[in-house]
Amino acid sequence: MSSFLEELERHAHDAPAELDRWLDSQSIPHVDGRSVTFAFHGQVDSIHLRHWIFGLPSSQAFTRIPGTRLWHLSMQLPENSRMEYKLEIARGAARQLVHDPLNPAQAHDPFGGNSVVYGAGYEVPSWTNPDPETREGHLEEHEIASDVFGEKRPFQLYFPARYRTMRRYPLLVVHDGDDYVRFSNLKTVLDNLIHRLEIPSMVVALIQSPDRMREYADDPRHAEFLVRELVPLLERRYPLLAQPSARGLMGASFGAVASLAAAWRYPSFFGNLMLQSGSFVFTDVGQHDRGPVFDQVVRFVNEFRDNPGRPSERVFMSCGQYESLIYYNRSLYPMLQQTGMQVRFSESRDGHNWENWRDRLREGLSYLFPGPLWYVYE
Amino acid sequence: MKRTPQERIQSAASPFAAHSGDGTTTRPRRVLLLGPQRLQPTLDQAVEALGIRGRIAAVTAGWEEREGEDQELSAHLGGRSFNLKVWERGEDVYARDRELHVAVRERNEKLRVAQELYQLRLGHLLAAAREILRKGQPMGFQKIYAAEGTSAIESIRTLDREHLARIREQNEEFYERWKPWQRELVARHREELARMLGEAELLCIAGGHVTILLRRLRLFGVLDLLDEQPIIAWSAGAMVVSERVVLFHDDPPQGAGSAEVAELGLGACKGVVPLPHADKRLELGDRERVALFARRFAPDICPALVPKTRLDWHGQRWSAQAGTLQLDPSGQLVEAGA
Repeated sequence: MSSFLEELERHAHDAPAELDRWLDSQSIPHVDGRSVTFAFHGQVDSIHLRHWIFGLPSSQAFTRIPGTRLWHLSMQLPENSRMEYKLEIARGAARQLVHDPLNPAQAHDPFGGNSVVYGAGYEVPSWTNPDPETREGHLEEHEIASDVFGEKRPFQLYFPARYRTMRRYPLLVVHDGDDYVRFSNLKTVLDNLIHRLEIPSMVVALIQSPDRMREYADDPRHAEFLVRELVPLLERRYPLLAQPSARGLMGASFGAVASLAAAWRYPSFFGNLMLQSGSFVFTDVGQHDRGPVFDQVVRFVNEFRDNPGRPSERVFMSCGQYESLIYYNRSLYPMLQQTGMQVRFSESRDGHNWENWRDRLREGLSYLFPGPLWYVYE
Repeated sequence: MKRTPQERIQSAASPFAAHSGDGTTTRPRRVLLLGPQRLQPTLDQAVEALGIRGRIAAVTAGWEEREGEDQELSAHLGGRSFNLKVWERGEDVYARDRELHVAVRERNEKLRVAQELYQLRLGHLLAAAREILRKGQPMGFQKIYAAEGTSAIESIRTLDREHLARIREQNEEFYERWKPWQRELVARHREELARMLGEAELLCIAGGHVTILLRRLRLFGVLDLLDEQPIIAWSAGAMVVSERVVLFHDDPPQGAGSAEVAELGLGACKGVVPLPHADKRLELGDRERVALFARRFAPDICPALVPKTRLDWHGQRWSAQAGTLQLDPSGQLVEAGA
């Protein structure tokens, strides 16, 4: 038994207020090497840990210390892991998913967020947090009248600090751009990486789709929108380098599918692709089991595997080892290499979430757009 | 003795025909190297220490298209400075003298290829040296390890010297063939620069892109147009006034982070490898890396030019402001000039 578990048992019979005070003074979940122990104090009938680590049972039961209201669960968590989770509390027939009340660490996403536990050795990268020395870029709201979609589409533009119209900049287009800013600190990351000269000053277009599950799943209108409408408009209006090597397209999950699909339909237009946790589900034989929303994705990936061409020049792929998509991404990696593109693939001990995508931004962006770090000393 | 602008222009046909013949200037002068100036400027104190009361010429060519945005610098110097606009002059020359521009690009391409080949060899030599030095010195084998470690570092030093010789060769060839200082546009800018520098008591060189700064200063032979006025330089400016430009970063997001010799410096001061932002770019707590760096570039000193530090070249010797540290072959940081 771990020493922390022994301590839990020792305090389990304390008066409730005293026990709560002691729990508050502890770092919970308690990480010790490769082991993590969760705890919960309260009047419940059962409690389960719900997580999204592919390969482990997604629901794991806590054990009550007999005669008390203190519950605990221990499990293995490899070094440098990040795991997002919720607690499922049952009182009678009622079940409720809640954040871990003893854990202040939370990650956010469009659906609300989760508690998060860090394995030994994991640290939130410093470049994801605001740095007082960093010169800040700014975001502007824009819209484009799209003939392809027959409506106006809003988007944001990121301009780097010290943006000057007499200089020409690379352009990065980001799917689910608002979410990247809100949940992956993209603006802060861009500010920091540009300030540290790890990537060049660049203009970034942050786009959102009102129907991403359809438009990002190899919808030909979306690719046409990017290549025939959005990018040409930006290249007319702003001092951009307007060449494939200076254009990038990026996205996560379905956004990665949208990026690869657009590059496939218009090869050599985007010289750089950043594909994070791509939902690249395919079938070798038979049907997929991921529901109708994946039908278009599977059709695209199967077609792509039959006839990949050479969509781009450089590709950075990342995927968490705890995602069910890891198999598909690992399969795609050698295939992309065979097309003659330069491809880098990075795995992490993390899941399908925005902080995983945030933590890979430095490696991916600096690979695709190397900055002047080596030559500039200001 | 103060020379006329015409005398300064005519003193040499090219940076590689001048003085020592290696592209560096040998005219002795005071040179102050400062830590980065953006957040904790100490330039005004350094100017004061030199007793400068008159006008100050400034070079901000390393900032490239932002060269003219020197209002903060000017204000810091009490409005006494004027910008030599060396980057803008280069743009003017390259836009109007296409032949020279093409020649410069060809030279730069040759230097780029030479740099890539050097990096290839350097990576292996550094890996070997690090491996030998990391193994430490097991009991009974100290002598063998020490000898191999020394030889491994000597191999790197030899490679650095060879590479620098190739860089020199390319530059000499370029200046010999194209004689930029004798071309009309460059000559006209040099006349203006000579006149402007004649009005200055001091030359300040700010940082930025180190090879752009260096090559623009060299194109116009700015340092050769000076008399004995002192120079204050920081960041990339400090790197270009030394004898060789060494690029460095221990933890870049891509690549191995191996310090590399990239160019001949202008040689206004000797025996130094300036390391601006060393606190951010180098792992100064890693004794093996620090020791290897210091041994590789010895006997040159390798000062960590962090904010509020100052190194003073007196023409023959160095002195340092208290608190200025340098990398030591022991792997530690020691007081510079101690």
